[in-house]
Amino acid sequence: MTGSDSRPTTSNDTAISVAGLTVRRGSNSVFDNLNLTIAKGKITGLLGPSGCGKTTLMRVIVGVQKITDGDVRVFGQKAGSAGLREQIGYVTQDVSVYDDLSVEQNLTYFARILGLPDSRTSEVAATVGLEDQLGSLVRNMSGGQRSRVSLAVALLGHPPLLILDEPTVGLDPLLRKELWDLFDSLAAAGTTLLISSHVMDEAARCDRLMLMREGKILSETTVPELLASTEAHDVEGAFLALITHTTSLPLPDLAPNLDRAAEATEPDPEAEGGQS
Amino acid sequence: MTAKRTWATTRRVIAQLRRDPRSIALMIVVPIVLMALLKWVFDDQPQVFNEIGLPLLGIFPFITMFLITSVATLRERTSGTLERLLAMPLGKGDLIIGYQLAFGFFAFIQSLVAVAVAVGLLGLDVVGPLWAVVAVSVLVALLGTSMGLAVSAFARTEFQAVQFMPAVVFPQVLLCGLLAPRESMAPVLRFISDLLPLSYAVDAMTAISTQPDVSGVTWRNMAIVAGFAIAGLIVGATTLPRQSE
Repeated sequence: MTGSDSRPTTSNDTAISVAGLTVRRGSNSVFDNLNLTIAKGKITGLLGPSGCGKTTLMRVIVGVQKITDGDVRVFGQKAGSAGLREQIGYVTQDVSVYDDLSVEQNLTYFARILGLPDSRTSEVAATVGLEDQLGSLVRNMSGGQRSRVSLAVALLGHPPLLILDEPTVGLDPLLRKELWDLFDSLAAAGTTLLISSHVMDEAARCDRLMLMREGKILSETTVPELLASTEAHDVEGAFLALITHTTSLPLPDLAPNLDRAAEATEPDPEAEGGQS
Repeated sequence: MTAKRTWATTRRVIAQLRRDPRSIALMIVVPIVLMALLKWVFDDQPQVFNEIGLPLLGIFPFITMFLITSVATLRERTSGTLERLLAMPLGKGDLIIGYQLAFGFFAFIQSLVAVAVAVGLLGLDVVGPLWAVVAVSVLVALLGTSMGLAVSAFARTEFQAVQFMPAVVFPQVLLCGLLAPRESMAPVLRFISDLLPLSYAVDAMTAISTQPDVSGVTWRNMAIVAGFAIAGLIVGATTLPRQSE
């Protein structure tokens, strides 16, 4: 965690700065004075069990979540401001495309909204490996293909910031690897990526890690640092070690939750948020 | 808001409807079947068919477009496409006007076919100009789209959206002057009737069916329907917040 200083520290290396963020939903507090920064041109992994606030944090950064208090800046601008709308590609956990249209019709529509030429459509389809499915109706595609259509929409405008909420859920290992290769090449070209996952082994592909639990950042680190500091063999073990270290919760109560989270169950968006 | 984005939205909505030929068929065929049924029910009272035939033609587009819009908008909300669009450089007006143009286009076709069948095949007597009938139908369709958009904000599921149909449509049908003349209603009912947009559409249709020229009152009634449609749009735009809880 960065300091409790409420002024965000915006340097040239910072893509996102969150200072004093508080989000309440009813009487439930999702975040209470959360502070963090996310580095430019890197892949930051946001890891944690279902319901820990990953999606809410992403929605705050994209600017579609009402916040109670705090200062959230993306590239120096206030989150949600009109100037950022062309700069952020956001992929939600739901497949946010029209399932009664073809891949091409979807991509063409969103390209036109972004003011891009129609030729961008076939380019992004090729990027996500759907160039042969341009004419397919989204409704008739598999879950993995549909989520790639949704990803393709986010890639249309070459946004310098990509916010991807569990982009690899339901994908087979080969596709998962291909997508992570794509994320690597995007980051190498200067794109900032914030990727959430509850699959801990995906953490190995991230430049930076943020481990989150119940609306708090447990640790902001890298994979080698994390493994060294916790003396664990893998990220999942390190995460468990961190939790037992920082809270008084007994481990046996928690382990089933993490197992469930790792099974790629569909999290209920209503339930997203802390239980504090 | 730009013409390009609005037009892109219109084309997208039309493309979606074209993928659903059954809905289009229902939209076009149901009014014709109901008109034929009406003609048949009042077979020995042709003046009744002439009296309520045209006003009824003015109510169909409202019901169809109200239902289609509330369900379509709700699907945009639940599928996440609305949130995605609002996080993009899309003006709310682009979305709303885009929908209006697309559904207005379908209402135009619906009304052309219904009027052609009612007048040509079923012998509906229309003293006034037929273009005015089509114009009122399209205005009513735009009104239905506006209302559907405004109401969809209060529905969480498609089931709820459909339940709004009787709630919004039936009181208007009862009070619009179709079943009982507005002049003879109790003062309270007359007052409520004056507040409901469909009353003005039915008044306009009734006048067109009996008067050779479009009178000043009819123009005024059409303007009132258009005004309600615009008011509904403004309400609809405010129910599309870029941020949610």
